[in-house]
Amino acid sequence: MGEMRKVLIDPLVDNNPVTLQVLGICSALAVTTSLLPSLLMCLALTSVAALSNAAISSIRNRIPNNIRIIVQMTIIASLVIVTDQMLRAFAFETSKQLSVFVGLIITNCIVLGRAEAFAMKNGVGMSFLDGLGNGLGYSLILIAVAVTRELFGAGSLLGYQILPLASDGGWYEANGLMLLPPSAFFIIGGLIWAIRTWKKRQVEPADYQIHEVHRTEVH
Amino acid sequence: MPDADKKTGVEKTFDRDSVSNTLIVAIGLSLVCSVLVAGAAISLKPIQEENEIRFRQQIILDVAGLLESGADIEESLQRIEARVVELETGRYVESISAEDFDALAAANDPELGMAIPGELDIAKVRRRAIYSPVYLVRDGDELAQIILPVRGAGLWSTLYGYLALEPDGSTVSGLQFYEHAETPGLGDQIDDPDWRAQWVGKQVYGSDGSPRIEVVRGSVNSNDPDSRYQVDGLSGATLTGRGVMNLVRYWTGPDGFGPYLEQYRQSEGS
Repeated sequence: MGEMRKVLIDPLVDNNPVTLQVLGICSALAVTTSLLPSLLMCLALTSVAALSNAAISSIRNRIPNNIRIIVQMTIIASLVIVTDQMLRAFAFETSKQLSVFVGLIITNCIVLGRAEAFAMKNGVGMSFLDGLGNGLGYSLILIAVAVTRELFGAGSLLGYQILPLASDGGWYEANGLMLLPPSAFFIIGGLIWAIRTWKKRQVEPADYQIHEVHRTEVH
Repeated sequence: MPDADKKTGVEKTFDRDSVSNTLIVAIGLSLVCSVLVAGAAISLKPIQEENEIRFRQQIILDVAGLLESGADIEESLQRIEARVVELETGRYVESISAEDFDALAAANDPELGMAIPGELDIAKVRRRAIYSPVYLVRDGDELAQIILPVRGAGLWSTLYGYLALEPDGSTVSGLQFYEHAETPGLGDQIDDPDWRAQWVGKQVYGSDGSPRIEVVRGSVNSNDPDSRYQVDGLSGATLTGRGVMNLVRYWTGPDGFGPYLEQYRQSEGS
């Protein structure tokens, strides 16, 4: 039981795929301008990660080593296509906003990373939980970024106006930068900084020491 | 754990890297996955097509300004009449129902489509159907707006949308795209409500009767007498903006709806 809990809870903060492993950044930049598409993207990624992990784990003892990556990709790609089709059928307008990014879950490092690192070595139940946990870890960051961006960029959440905009007679001057991709970099960077200040263990040792060279030392 | 015992048991008797197992796994997996994907695609297709049709209808209503009034969508749709026009003559074709006519598919049809001569093809669409649907918005018995389907090349992709004109056949009352793949944040500013609002009230045709509408670089000088033909450029999306200009010019030009719109312009002028 403790192990299951660890597999599910660890990726939320302690081993977060976005802030610790810095994976899945591309979609985190692209879909987080507002909350609704981000939620849909989280749902899509989490279900693909959990189901692909479970599916791969269930046939892990049969998968030949030399074609294992192809097998994993095929399973992931099929699940992504099914998810994309479902979104187009049942969440049409939001799926238009997500455009290619649902399809790009196929190349999301988190999903393939968990399949190769976890699902190939662990049982079905544990793999499912691991996929779920990593999906939720990704979702946590995405939602945090999306809430910040939509609230300060457009003064709204899920389309409901929270901060009355100056352009509509309110007091809040919308920060247009929040709606542009760089702001997601800043927010994710800030989150990584905050989490590593809180959990010192995540701080990586410096690769090399920057040491000041004085003009007199060069020659 | 029983699972671990089973695992070691299987591995002793069974070589998963053998050629036969590789083939079995590859073929089996391909079959299962293709059935899954095909099943999802086919079973969900009717719902998706319905979504697409409803989405187009909404865009038509939106470009006609009928969405904001909060009126019932079905009721608003009643005010829109779809007709089919022969582009070359500008006459209505009664034998084809607008609902069944797919102008995009017809463009590639040898009988219903035609290649656009290179020098005329400023929208860079290469082929078009000889007929096109148009949507007439009625306000009671009066014609309120004419909505034309338009398309043309942007920077990366073909832009598909609708252009709404006032009954004078020249004043723009709306422009909206329903499909494109321009750069998010740059080219997709063509969906920006503020930019689209600028089109409203602009004149498509100059005094000589040829399309004169222009997407300028930078912003329009409102003191300039030409500003009635001009729309602000989009920063970072000069080429997409130019694509929009060209496609509006093409579809309102002599090879597009020019002949059809001329009858409205004449009746207005007389």
